[in-house]
Amino acid sequence: MAVALGGSRPAARYDDPMASGRQVVGEKNRTTAIVPLRVTNADTEEIEDPRLSDVDEWGRSERTRALARAIYEPLYSRWFRTEWEGLEKIPDAGGALLVANHAGAIPSDAPVIMHGIEKELGRPVYGMADYFFRSVPVVGTLWARAGGVSARPANAYRLLKEQDQLALVFPEGTKGPSKSYTDRYQLRRFGRGGFVEIAMRAGVPVIPIAVVGSEEAMPIVFRLPTLAKALGVPYFPVTANLLALGPLGVVMPFPAKFKLRVLDPVHFNVPPDQDRYSKSRIMEESERIRTQLQEAVYDMLRDRRSVWFG
Amino acid sequence: MSSRVLVTGADTFWGGRMIQALENDPSIDVILGIGTRAPLVPFERAEFVRSDQNYSILNRIVKATQVDTILHTFMITNSGTVPRRAMHEINVIGTMNLLAAAGAAGSSVRHIVVKSSTLVYGSAASDPNTFQEDTVRTSAVKHSVERALVEAEGLVRDFSEDNPATKVTVLRFANVLGTHLTTPISRNLARPVCPAMFGFDPLLQFLEEDDVVRALLHVTRGGIQGLYNVAGDGRLPWSEVASICGTRLVPLSPWSPLKIRPLARLFDLPPELEDLLRYGRGVDTRRFASTGFTYTSTSAGAVRKFIRAQRLRRQSGRTPASYTYEHDVELFFRHSPSIVGTGEA
Repeated sequence: MAVALGGSRPAARYDDPMASGRQVVGEKNRTTAIVPLRVTNADTEEIEDPRLSDVDEWGRSERTRALARAIYEPLYSRWFRTEWEGLEKIPDAGGALLVANHAGAIPSDAPVIMHGIEKELGRPVYGMADYFFRSVPVVGTLWARAGGVSARPANAYRLLKEQDQLALVFPEGTKGPSKSYTDRYQLRRFGRGGFVEIAMRAGVPVIPIAVVGSEEAMPIVFRLPTLAKALGVPYFPVTANLLALGPLGVVMPFPAKFKLRVLDPVHFNVPPDQDRYSKSRIMEESERIRTQLQEAVYDMLRDRRSVWFG
Repeated sequence: MSSRVLVTGADTFWGGRMIQALENDPSIDVILGIGTRAPLVPFERAEFVRSDQNYSILNRIVKATQVDTILHTFMITNSGTVPRRAMHEINVIGTMNLLAAAGAAGSSVRHIVVKSSTLVYGSAASDPNTFQEDTVRTSAVKHSVERALVEAEGLVRDFSEDNPATKVTVLRFANVLGTHLTTPISRNLARPVCPAMFGFDPLLQFLEEDDVVRALLHVTRGGIQGLYNVAGDGRLPWSEVASICGTRLVPLSPWSPLKIRPLARLFDLPPELEDLLRYGRGVDTRRFASTGFTYTSTSAGAVRKFIRAQRLRRQSGRTPASYTYEHDVELFFRHSPSIVGTGEA
């Protein structure tokens, strides 16, 4: 049996054809006694599923979510005094992709939209975030338990098409919340239009939501790119909250008045489930939605008399 | 359907189980087991051939025996069991020789069933929630066991493209738990304390060991070809797995500079499992279900079956089998003229 093996002792023993079954390396990984198998037929009766927790396939837990709702409710209605406009444009059933502008160092727009729609319409919203969050201990797990999903096209498709859910994405990605206060309410580039493509593939409308208030809730004074690189995070902001409140500023947004406007749903009228869609059409639609959102944000700012009182 | 079957890894847990399962099927005429050392279980009518671990004599065996089905169960899916080099020999070179034998001119082989693992998808933060059979893994291949399986599957894919007349089935099994099988996960869960990654609580899918055998039998008998994920229904967080098993989780540091290596070794935590305990893995099993396969256990059910067997073993000191093998008794049941009908033996 001339088999070139590393020459290490276990390897040689493993390869030894005369070695008895009990002495080989890895024996501890195997059972020595195998009983004759009687293959049970797949019974038609209900098979037991002894679950202990209520965590679903997305990692969300209704218990955690109830707790998160209870904690966030005062922030939503007392601190931010959130007001909605055009909520009726969000359908009661069926999948839809919500897109919004994204701002503030630790953006409050995501929880406000998620909590708001769940409170006002009774529909859960799956907030999609960069998969970077999954790799952060504790935060990633809590985010998933509270209803967050990593922003993968396959995840969005599964939510929108197969499970008829509402998914929320921020096409600006980290470019939105990482911008300085001087650039406030200037929407960044909308990624590569992936959100349009996934909405086309899933055959669902895109519903843009313009948010005003998140910029002032946690404005970035400056950023520390070197520290961000060292820590392996997308950006490391030094916020006005941090300067004013110290460490408390990490979790404490300023009480800016939040106003949200739901714009008309955008239907694409293309057949779903195609392998490819016209890239030019995707970019065109993506840019159109971005312009719409930008216009709506400007329009809302024109009407806003005070950052704090709306 | 198939009547002459060759089973690789006849000396391993899965090979032994498959041969025993096939022996119960009277429609199968010939069962050949091939393995590197003496099989762990007595075979009733299967013949055993000893080979080296990369199956260099397989070509001759296939030619001489004219088998029509090869059941390739000898795939290492756990890097703790064999040295890295042997893993490559077994998974990659073994599969290569097997396919070479099956694809030789005038080969009698019509169906090849390969037992693979969902390890080929890897486990990373960038993963989608659910892997479909044609989803490409999002992270680079990191561990030797993953690399060996990915390479082996690549060889199988090439073979099926080159030999359209031969049916090729690849089953990717999720983590298996069960009454008899011992894996790093089962060993950890059987202890009073069990490792976890601090701040992570990944979702995992499990499969009961009998369902592995049933799935392999299902595709072998049905002549079903293609690539399938096989995993029990439902996903459960690692913390829930631990609480079903009544073990306490000990959080290990997730930051590699602070990783305490000896601790990981103490816990018997192979590197591929470390990733799994961080990000978990979910697979879509609808394609396999559409072939008519039904499971006997869900993910949570598999965990519970495993721990119940484990508790019995701990408390009674014996293997918790519904039936223990006794050769003479078995022979009596199978061959005695006194046995009436086809009642349960």
